[in-house]
Amino acid sequence: MASQGLEKKHSIQDMIAQSRNKKGKKFIEKCMPIILVITALISVLTTIGIVMTLIFETFEFFQRVSITDYLFGTEWLPFSGSEPLYGVLPLILGTLKVSVIAACVAVPLGIAVAIYLSEYASDKTRRIIKPILEVLAGVPTIVYGFFALTFVTPILQELIPSLKIFNALSPGIVVGIMILPMIASLSEDAMSSVPNSIREGALALGATKLEVSLKVVLPAALSGIIASVVLAVSRAIGETMIVSLAGGATPTFDMNVTGSIQTMTAYIVQVSSGDAGYGTTIYYSIYAVGFTLFVFTLLMNLLAQFISKRFREEY
Amino acid sequence: MKYIDNTDVMKRMKSRLKMNKVWKSIFLIATGLALLTLVILLARIITQGAGYLNWDFFNNFGSRFPEKAGIKAALIGSVYLMLVIAPVSIILGVGTAIYLEEYAKKNKFTSFIQMNISNLAGVPSIVFGLLGLTIFVRMFLLGKSILAAGFTMSLLILPVIIVAAQEAIRAVPKEQREASYGMGATKWQTITRVVLPAAVPGILTGSILALSRAVGETAPLVVLGIPVILQFLPDGLLSQFTTLPLQIYDWAKRPQEEFQFVAAAGIIVLMIFLILMNSIAIMIRNKFQKRY
Repeated sequence: MASQGLEKKHSIQDMIAQSRNKKGKKFIEKCMPIILVITALISVLTTIGIVMTLIFETFEFFQRVSITDYLFGTEWLPFSGSEPLYGVLPLILGTLKVSVIAACVAVPLGIAVAIYLSEYASDKTRRIIKPILEVLAGVPTIVYGFFALTFVTPILQELIPSLKIFNALSPGIVVGIMILPMIASLSEDAMSSVPNSIREGALALGATKLEVSLKVVLPAALSGIIASVVLAVSRAIGETMIVSLAGGATPTFDMNVTGSIQTMTAYIVQVSSGDAGYGTTIYYSIYAVGFTLFVFTLLMNLLAQFISKRFREEY
Repeated sequence: MKYIDNTDVMKRMKSRLKMNKVWKSIFLIATGLALLTLVILLARIITQGAGYLNWDFFNNFGSRFPEKAGIKAALIGSVYLMLVIAPVSIILGVGTAIYLEEYAKKNKFTSFIQMNISNLAGVPSIVFGLLGLTIFVRMFLLGKSILAAGFTMSLLILPVIIVAAQEAIRAVPKEQREASYGMGATKWQTITRVVLPAAVPGILTGSILALSRAVGETAPLVVLGIPVILQFLPDGLLSQFTTLPLQIYDWAKRPQEEFQFVAAAGIIVLMIFLILMNSIAIMIRNKFQKRY
């Protein structure tokens, strides 16, 4: 018996040693981490690629157009043959007009939806409504653009007769509809993570559900809600198809929302769908505008991360 | 002695309870409004486009005449594009997720990669188009091909897939890995035979959702300069092609009213495509989801 057991033990050790010495296996064990690091580095390379592309081509642009003219110029007329003007402010203003209108639509509605879902709705209603909101978030932006141009604009024209076919109002509202699910679901997550004991404490003191929502849960979840709004506005700034279909192509430097505008993204689309020859100033200008757009959205994303980290209430 | 005067309490509470009711209905109306927009959007597009949906619409190429316009090239182009995006983005995404969850040590390098991924997710899609135009179309000389567009789109949805795969891998309990090590398995064996099979449903669901986003995406393709109207089908990965959203964009831009209906018909096809993909994702999630 004893010798048999010893023999078995011996053979297992042999097997382990044998398997350790298998060359293929060892090779895979050593190789895979390296391959996986390389795949992980692709995402870093993408960022580097984006930044480098934008910087190099923008640098080329600033060889031809002075940087102060670009940053502080109030006229954007790249297609006027003899003397093109590259002042980016009208494009930025166009973008901001759309984003502000979108925020005016999406922030109150989104937070109201979030409060309803997190504080008032039963589990069953929540399970039905949340997927529908996800569908709303999954609708391609081209569909929203079509909706803005062929449905929202004509309706608005009935209400405001002076409204042009291309304007800031209609795409603004539709971009608001597009970012609404994002604000609603991120804010709802933030509010749901406020512990129930706090709600119960307030209720026990005689607060109504509304008072619990607005005076207890909302302040506790505020960092998450603000972060969701900042993220959503950053989405609105980068939104392309809605504004290029319904916003028009006239960069203007005024506060009018009923006339045609142009956003940074819409300008890039306009140049790309026309045939701007490679190497022309107009070609490089889309990179300069893209870089400006990238800086805007990056700052907003970093702000959102900072807010949700710095001001998070821990329970 | 009466400590609580009910009528007095009710008098004080009345306005507060009323406010509660009023605001509850306001929140409810807001939610209803959000859902209503979806219904209006869908109803509007179906009533506009349904009349143009027929066999010819699927069998014709793009055309200057609305009654002859079809989506054959666009539909096939979108499928081709998916065939490039799916393997590239899933291999890169899952590889990155495995590295971050299973191999990476908690150090500055790892948190740098993680931060980079979350920032990449916030970059507007049109900027990815600029990246693709410079790197893939011009530098790698891929031209306006399926491959160039596929790579660009893969990078665009990569962050989404990485995050979904990370969550799926993280949800596999530690005990399972330890049991596998205890049986003498190596790290790579544990990953491929224990962790990944358990995480596949989550990874697939996230990947399909990300792919459906890529299918509906237009802006980067416009920047790459992908042509809109093609009279032929793509014959290889380096061939020119067009996609559904691009075709819809072109129709929606045209001034003739008939093209709006054609665009709506195109949107119906696109939405059916997306709904099919999403249903598959939901089915996978419901069928294979295990809770540990």
